[in-house]
Amino acid sequence: MSTVIRARGLGKKYRQRWALQDCELELPAGRVIGLVGPNGAGKSTLLNLAAGLLAPSSGSIEVCGGPPAADVAQLARVGFVAQDTPTYGRLSVADHLTLGRRLNPGWDDAVARERIDRLGLDPKQRAGTLSGGQRAQLALTMALAKRPELLILDEPVASLDPLARREFMQLLMEAVAEQELSVVLSSHLVSDVERACDYLVVLVDSRVQVAGDLDELIATHHRLVGARRDPATLPGSQQVISASHTDRQTTLLVRTQEPILDPSWSVDGINLEDLVLAYMDKSAPVVRRPRLEVQR
Amino acid sequence: MIEFHLNGRSGLSPYQQLVQQVRHALRLGLLKEGDRLPTVKDVASQLAINPNTVLKAYRELEHKGLVAARPGVGTFVTRTLADKSLSAHGPLRKELERWLTKARLAGLDEESIEALFLSTFRGAGEEVA
Repeated sequence: MSTVIRARGLGKKYRQRWALQDCELELPAGRVIGLVGPNGAGKSTLLNLAAGLLAPSSGSIEVCGGPPAADVAQLARVGFVAQDTPTYGRLSVADHLTLGRRLNPGWDDAVARERIDRLGLDPKQRAGTLSGGQRAQLALTMALAKRPELLILDEPVASLDPLARREFMQLLMEAVAEQELSVVLSSHLVSDVERACDYLVVLVDSRVQVAGDLDELIATHHRLVGARRDPATLPGSQQVISASHTDRQTTLLVRTQEPILDPSWSVDGINLEDLVLAYMDKSAPVVRRPRLEVQR
Repeated sequence: MIEFHLNGRSGLSPYQQLVQQVRHALRLGLLKEGDRLPTVKDVASQLAINPNTVLKAYRELEHKGLVAARPGVGTFVTRTLADKSLSAHGPLRKELERWLTKARLAGLDEESIEALFLSTFRGAGEEVA
């Protein structure tokens, strides 16, 4: 399987503070990858490094087989929609398309016009007077019309109302079905990630906690509830992600490839939200493990 | 043509929900042999879900021999799950409704009815197996 983003020991330091550390990632092409984590975890830093807008302080990152934004060909391969979907407020919708056509060698004008038309945007209207949802749609249309191999979206729907959010995700998913496209999008809306993404990266405290195929992650994580017990007594194949105890009961979230046979546990599946929360939970005993990628 | 929907609280993943909805439609006779399923692109865009999820659901249905993909044309239903037993649905439903009335008259609430039904259902399943 080809790789769309590869990071090796990637780190970014702002003054004294590491925004991203020891990042090892190998993200497969042709997927929609959800990047989740709390605010300040380093999501935007990672996406800006991938877009070539930031330079690494340590390690290296490759996108589509080369350093980000290294030359014209590399720039053409990556589409980037920054946080809050910025547009040029004083330019009209039509001006945006002209700009896109002149600046991008692979620009698909027919697709751009058809989308603008279907969205019901008036080409003469200034972008500054569009609603938040319309502006987001314009930014996405621009990014898609350059026909990138990789589309990077930083919190694209965070500021949108539910209807605009749905319309944005519909346009995005339709494009994924039509074009051969890899997408990396950050979000803290687990429901959007669950619908749109098939690969998950959880980033907490400037480190990658877990990364892998979403269905596989859900299938290999289980919640165990039983009489109070020391998690250290579990078989080596079961990795404890989070643990909580009362005086009588122990609740664990474990990751394992193997079936759980111990009859003293009541075993339950988990959903995506449980999974993300377990990795975000800072009291968890073994969260600091940056290299948990699922190798396929 | 059927229209899919997703339920956030069902506890099933989106892909499992799509498979289940097709199986349901086949069982109830809403989908018949030769019917075309909506295209992957249409489902992805309508529900705002990952096209790979739709593909995965369709592939599983294909694997189970329920649908067949004809490249460039679409995915078609090849088998129905609504066998001759479909005609028995009406009378059975009537009987079940009568039974539900009896259960309520006997003082069972919704939860008790469900628990009784499920435990009987599981018990009977074990006998058959």
